[in-house]
Amino acid sequence: MSRPDGVTTHTLRLELVDEPGELAAALDPIAENGGNLLSVFHERGSRTPGGRIPVEVAVDCPAGKFEDVVDGLREQGVTVVAADEEYYGEAFRVLLTGHLVDTDLSGTLREIENESTVSVEELSLTAPDGVEAISSAYLRLGARSGERGAALDRVREIAERKDLIVVEPLEVGE
Amino acid sequence: MRLAVMGVGAVGRAVAELAGQYGHDVIGLADSTGAAMGDPLDIEEALARKQETGVVGERPHEELLAADYDVLVEATPTTLGDAEPGFSNAAAALSRDRHVVLANKGPVAERYADLRAAVEESAGELRFEATVGGAIPAVRTVEDLGPERVDRVRGVLNGTANFVLTRMAAEGLGYDHVLAEAQELGVAEADPSFDVDGTDAALKGVIVANVLREARGEEALSLADADVTGIDELPTSALSLAGEDGRTVRLIVDASASGVRVGPRLVPENGTLAVTGTQNIVQIETGHAGRLNLSGRGAGGAETASAVLADVGRLPPR
Repeated sequence: MSRPDGVTTHTLRLELVDEPGELAAALDPIAENGGNLLSVFHERGSRTPGGRIPVEVAVDCPAGKFEDVVDGLREQGVTVVAADEEYYGEAFRVLLTGHLVDTDLSGTLREIENESTVSVEELSLTAPDGVEAISSAYLRLGARSGERGAALDRVREIAERKDLIVVEPLEVGE
Repeated sequence: MRLAVMGVGAVGRAVAELAGQYGHDVIGLADSTGAAMGDPLDIEEALARKQETGVVGERPHEELLAADYDVLVEATPTTLGDAEPGFSNAAAALSRDRHVVLANKGPVAERYADLRAAVEESAGELRFEATVGGAIPAVRTVEDLGPERVDRVRGVLNGTANFVLTRMAAEGLGYDHVLAEAQELGVAEADPSFDVDGTDAALKGVIVANVLREARGEEALSLADADVTGIDELPTSALSLAGEDGRTVRLIVDASASGVRVGPRLVPENGTLAVTGTQNIVQIETGHAGRLNLSGRGAGGAETASAVLADVGRLPPR
């Protein structure tokens, strides 16, 4: 929803820990980063399986500021489950295991991102036995709606070529 | 019903021991060397002999297959490829118009079409609840819902692999360490390769897929058609990474009429499919009934025998 003044409305889905002051703390970064809070929706009694409280927030933002709002929330330690469903809603996780470093990890990530709609949003790497041994990487990938299947095919193909094991998320590619 | 039990492993033994409680007589029990027969057979005595001498009886298998039983319970070890001797035992009983209840996965996973052809020619019926998910009534639930209305069946169908993954994630222990522990506890067999390389789970997936495909007039699958990855190469550190994000890894079977996939998958740590230890879960997705989850013990002698005896109970009198 874009308006002539460049201000756009966005929706965020957050998950909050059930503690006093959590909601206020979660909303601060919105104003700090130039966002204008329009509404907060929380279905009373609703809980995630992990016991968190799902909250939906609508925000007006000047052009280009929305990313800052999301970053600000994440820095505050707020779990952003989805930001504008269309783009982030399709974020998904993939676990890769094998000789990741020896097979050029940054090359692997670049290849995944070469698929123009896929972005590596987060990466955790662990190599407890040194970089020359088996290591594992946990990736959070962003892909546009309906393109997760294709993104996953890409990861699978790279993994096969580099002899890596892919642990796919269950909910993807159905 | 009068039962002939082929196979004296954990399942065959438990079927023989529990049959009386379900109102059935066992008239013969056979291991790989020979058969014990009686009318009815003294189970305690036959099993004691097996315990002492390693052999349950001296009578030839052919004699038991030709005996006067109503139901043949096939509980010999699962074999791949030609699925023998399980397949021939089942075929022999069907050719004499006897019912067959399978605990052996081989014939239904590897030779489903041949087995169905034998059932077509027979007045006997075939049931195989015990081949998928041990005590969990997976096949029967799919049948009750109507296999043509079941879109997909997913689940955790190997307790050994699940135990290993659960322990690795919870304790941060290495694969070899946990597997050795599983063997000490009797959760894993001396040769656990079929459990950890995904073969056992895949056989169960193929069996379910065959039921779904049959209802849609499609040809049966075998193990070779399944896409299988095991858990034997997963490092503990990979599980820790997933854990930091509230997720964990489970060896998931994904069976539909279009095929079977088995492999480690990321699932929410507190999600339905993240059963722990040796538990199994079967998740059935249907057109009209939504999603059903059945969890329980997926292996064990008495548990699997309960599925065999439930099958026997559903058979019509001969």
